[in-house]
Amino acid sequence: MWEHLQIELYKVFKRPRTYLSFAAITALIGVIQLGLLVDGKEYADFVMADFANSFSVDGKILNGYFICYVILQLLLVHVPLLIALIAADMISGEANMGTLRILLTKPQSRTAIVMAKFIASVIYTLLLLIWIAIMGLFLSMLIFGTDDLFLMKSSYVVIVKESDVFWRYAGAFCFAALAMITVAALGFFLSFFAENSIGPIVATMSVIIVCTILSTMNIPLFNLIKPYLFTTHMITWKEFFDFKVNDANEAIIGSIQYPDKIIRSATVLAVHIVLFVGSAVWLFRKKDILS
Amino acid sequence: MLLYKPMQQIVKVSQLTKQFNSLTAVNQLSFSVESGDVYGFLGQNGAGKSTTIRMLLTLITPTSGEISIFGYDLNKHRKEILQQIGAVIEKPDVYKYLSAYENLKLFAKLSGVKPTNKMLMDQLEMVGLASRAHDTVKTFSQGMKQRLGIGIALVHNPQLIILDEPTNGLDPQGIADIRNLILILSREMKKTVIVSSHLLNEIEQIATRILIIDKGRKLVEGTSAELFNDQQTILQISVANNDIAIQTIQASNWASNLLPERDGHIMVGLNKEDIPNFNRMLAASGVDIYSLQARHSLEDYFLQVTAGKQHVGTFTN
Repeated sequence: MWEHLQIELYKVFKRPRTYLSFAAITALIGVIQLGLLVDGKEYADFVMADFANSFSVDGKILNGYFICYVILQLLLVHVPLLIALIAADMISGEANMGTLRILLTKPQSRTAIVMAKFIASVIYTLLLLIWIAIMGLFLSMLIFGTDDLFLMKSSYVVIVKESDVFWRYAGAFCFAALAMITVAALGFFLSFFAENSIGPIVATMSVIIVCTILSTMNIPLFNLIKPYLFTTHMITWKEFFDFKVNDANEAIIGSIQYPDKIIRSATVLAVHIVLFVGSAVWLFRKKDILS
Repeated sequence: MLLYKPMQQIVKVSQLTKQFNSLTAVNQLSFSVESGDVYGFLGQNGAGKSTTIRMLLTLITPTSGEISIFGYDLNKHRKEILQQIGAVIEKPDVYKYLSAYENLKLFAKLSGVKPTNKMLMDQLEMVGLASRAHDTVKTFSQGMKQRLGIGIALVHNPQLIILDEPTNGLDPQGIADIRNLILILSREMKKTVIVSSHLLNEIEQIATRILIIDKGRKLVEGTSAELFNDQQTILQISVANNDIAIQTIQASNWASNLLPERDGHIMVGLNKEDIPNFNRMLAASGVDIYSLQARHSLEDYFLQVTAGKQHVGTFTN
């Protein structure tokens, strides 16, 4: 299994396509950082427009933590496409190249082959998120410096103390990793139904788009299924930036306002991963290789 | 665990059937392959050859029937059996973004061996790719890819080699190279080879035993000697006027031996010792004969059998 995983990782990282994702992330984050570096003040004024008359803010709103939050909000919509590019190609790409049949004539169990491929997809996803963290968080901290994190919610403002921010990002990235692994699992599952990569990649994105629309539309019929859609729970990483307050309405350092919400969302995502991967293994064990 | 032990019967297939919905691709097929055989697997397109080979390699699950290889049930000992099989299935598809060396190394590991540089280079040398070892496969010709596919099939020194249409897309030199390689594998390296091909003359030159299937069913199975009865030939006759010659034959004692014309030639099935008398009869009847050619090629036999002109089962076990 370990040797098979090494082989799968070797194949993934030998393909130029893999590095396209890292290049795309670098370019996207670079563009956001450049834009905020050049015109950050205008952006901050725009963001603060509604609050300008209510209170004034000392310190740097446009600090590395704030930039990273903006980047995460923007990127976590696009990253699924980059993940689907690899995960949805894992089986369909091999079928398309014709290598699947050679692979399956080797003395390896089909379950081991599927699991090695899925774990390789997971490692790729995690590396992509680590790269986002390096570029989006650490590089932003380096360029823009650090300060308290100032976030505008729909009906309130959250100010997270500088000393209380970093662990929240660690939690948010871990949760984002779970959400993106769910996307990888979906792409991986769909890759069993096609003999070219394009179909599963488009299908993965289509499922995500449709489910996201269902998750965001406030219609009673959709509200019934919302709790079961993985897209509803993919944005729960934001909960790491809401904290409890004491009677004096002061932030309790190290607290999360709704930890049960995070646990519930993580559970739903984990169940989706198990279902997608379990179905993939079950299908693959029965699959006749005709390509 | 290496399961292989010297034995007479390497592959035994019993009542093998595969259905795809309403289509029966392989129907109650039984055959066996003996140690050291070069087993020619013949059939028209859609006859069920590839489906059968894929079932031998566990790529397709049989609907019913049994396959035992090296004396063990394939279903129960899949991993151990596959360790002793090398296969090329139709096109030699490998990872095009990797080099020949990297492909070979990767598949060697998947086959359960720990490849050394010497082992890999020796293998590439054997298939004539040592000088291109580190070039990516996307720069290779079809013939080179085919040779690499065979190298991959042999890298773990298997006892049974299964080649499904190994000469597809190759030029005459490439076909000859594959033929010679199969003969080396069989005669010098004592491997058992199952080879399917639509190039009947290639099979004829290398196969020690032949199976012909049609519509998923076995038509005949036997050694070349059994299939090609030296005494039974098909005479291909070229004459000045076919109509006169056919009327002459129909009026003779050999009327029942007349076969349908092929490519403008008159075809007559005859015993070898009857050919001189037949020739004299035609000449005495005033037929201008340009040539008489006795044929008993596999192609003739294959066309006879698949057209239903041969009693099915004559040579079946």
